[in-house]
Amino acid sequence: MANVISDETIEYVGILAKLELSDEDKENAKKDMASMLDYIDKLGELDTEGVEPMSHIFPVQNVMREDVVTNGDGSEDTLKNAPESNGEAFIVPKTVD
Amino acid sequence: MSLLDLTATQLAKAIKKGDVTAVDAMQAVIEQIEKKEKELNCYVTFDKEAALKKAGEVQAGIEDGTISGPLAGVPVAIKDNMCTDGVLTTCSSRILGNFVPAFSAEAVIRLEEAGAVIIGKTNMDEFAMGSTTETSAYGVTRNPWNTDHVPGGSSGGSAAAVAAGECFFALGSDTGGSIRQPASYCGVVGMKPTYGTVSRYGLIAYGSSLDQIGPLCKDVTDCATIMETIASHDVKDSTSMLRTDTDFTSALVNDVTGMRIGIPRTYFGEGLDPQVKKAVLDAVNVLKSKGAIVEEFDLDLVDYAIPTYYTIAAAEASSNLERFDGVKYGYRAKEYDGLHDMYKRTRSEGFGPEVKRRIMLGSFVLSSGYYDAYYLKALRVKALIKKAFDNAFAKYDIIIGPVAPTTAPKLGSSLADPIKMYLGDIYTISLNLAGLPGMSIPCGVDSDGLPIGMQIIGDCFKEHNIIRAAYTYELARGGFKTPYDKEVQ
Repeated sequence: MANVISDETIEYVGILAKLELSDEDKENAKKDMASMLDYIDKLGELDTEGVEPMSHIFPVQNVMREDVVTNGDGSEDTLKNAPESNGEAFIVPKTVD
Repeated sequence: MSLLDLTATQLAKAIKKGDVTAVDAMQAVIEQIEKKEKELNCYVTFDKEAALKKAGEVQAGIEDGTISGPLAGVPVAIKDNMCTDGVLTTCSSRILGNFVPAFSAEAVIRLEEAGAVIIGKTNMDEFAMGSTTETSAYGVTRNPWNTDHVPGGSSGGSAAAVAAGECFFALGSDTGGSIRQPASYCGVVGMKPTYGTVSRYGLIAYGSSLDQIGPLCKDVTDCATIMETIASHDVKDSTSMLRTDTDFTSALVNDVTGMRIGIPRTYFGEGLDPQVKKAVLDAVNVLKSKGAIVEEFDLDLVDYAIPTYYTIAAAEASSNLERFDGVKYGYRAKEYDGLHDMYKRTRSEGFGPEVKRRIMLGSFVLSSGYYDAYYLKALRVKALIKKAFDNAFAKYDIIIGPVAPTTAPKLGSSLADPIKMYLGDIYTISLNLAGLPGMSIPCGVDSDGLPIGMQIIGDCFKEHNIIRAAYTYELARGGFKTPYDKEVQ
């Protein structure tokens, strides 16, 4: 039942994860992920037919509230952390041609 | 006698009485940090002048009566994944190496309002992903009991700082055991509250359905006192629970008569170090002699907790860590060709290997075609694990087991085999899946002189039972000497 991760799969995972992987990284990731998945496949031993997936432990509802600003304008402090800004906005590489 | 001999609550009382000041306490901590830090590396960020200045301000507040409360004037260390307004918060990652938050985590605010004084930010596994504090981008933290060994993780800096007298108490976070396991390895008390008890606002998310903030401290009285201070219902965290039973110090009662304790056989089987087993069972016998009713039972599904956990935690991590893209804060790659290349290079250069491993696994189990087979399957097994605990707590008030299969391993011996490292979380991890509270309390020392922790597990919202049992055991056990205590003897 050993999992084998193909080059295409690891390429796809790299795109989803937004990571640039060298050839060596890819080979390591293929091995790591295969052994993790072998281990996770243990869950297949359990019959979960009819069991609802549990995303939250407690029977609580979504918490809704009015979208009211309570913390004032923090844009100056926020932009201090920007890798690049013009004082009013984040500067990013060109996003559309 | 040094000030560092005092627990957090003892210190606060002495400050309130006027025997010592908050500045004296901070100075004592700073001296200890300057003596020990080079060897141990508990802190990522420590600003001596700022800490002293703040201690002076708090002392003035205590004297004019504006600051009171059971932790007023006490120096505290904060794990570096909790935001602190104006203070560097790195998550022990290169990608947040220059991140200075413009706000504080709610738990930090609660402590500051109670008069606790922040010393600095403690080292951890990068993004809390690890069990040894070796995946930090800012060097390993060493175990004060024996510096060839790890302090555990991911809250290793917090646990080591408490054990070494480099703070009076600390905050940690626990996603799969990250408070309880380092507490066990460092011989201090650590507690993960019921999910939703402490606000996660300002805690840099790893696995949002599992993460919970809690204390690492010197004894059970401190633990209950800190828990009472940081527990809150917070509208800024939509998973925060409204509780009216957070009077945790009321559970500091020396009596376990009639308390029903379940001992899961599966927690004492293969893989458990015999010395750990003996120490924990001896501690259980102490509670039995105090009137508790002890019974062995079979807890189902223990072997399925780790694969369930790593699927869910990786999935949530891959989603939570998407925000680190070099746009709004943190590191941005120096060279890139266009927007997407900037994202990829920033993340590849900014994250360490363990973080990348979990992001990739998480991306995979959430991807179309695999989502049902892996992610939804894990959520179904999670429901079964929760049910197994519900069945157990129908019969028992608390469950007791070890925290970890062994005492602290040597530095450099864990990271090579991830699955082996993950297996070390077997006794702690299911509590996060089921939302349960749990405490690690020191119950012995092995033949290498390393501490052993006992884990006391309660049903959701039943921290009082845990605290009561731990307090009763602690009084019977007597003082537990930390490396700091031994050093001054």
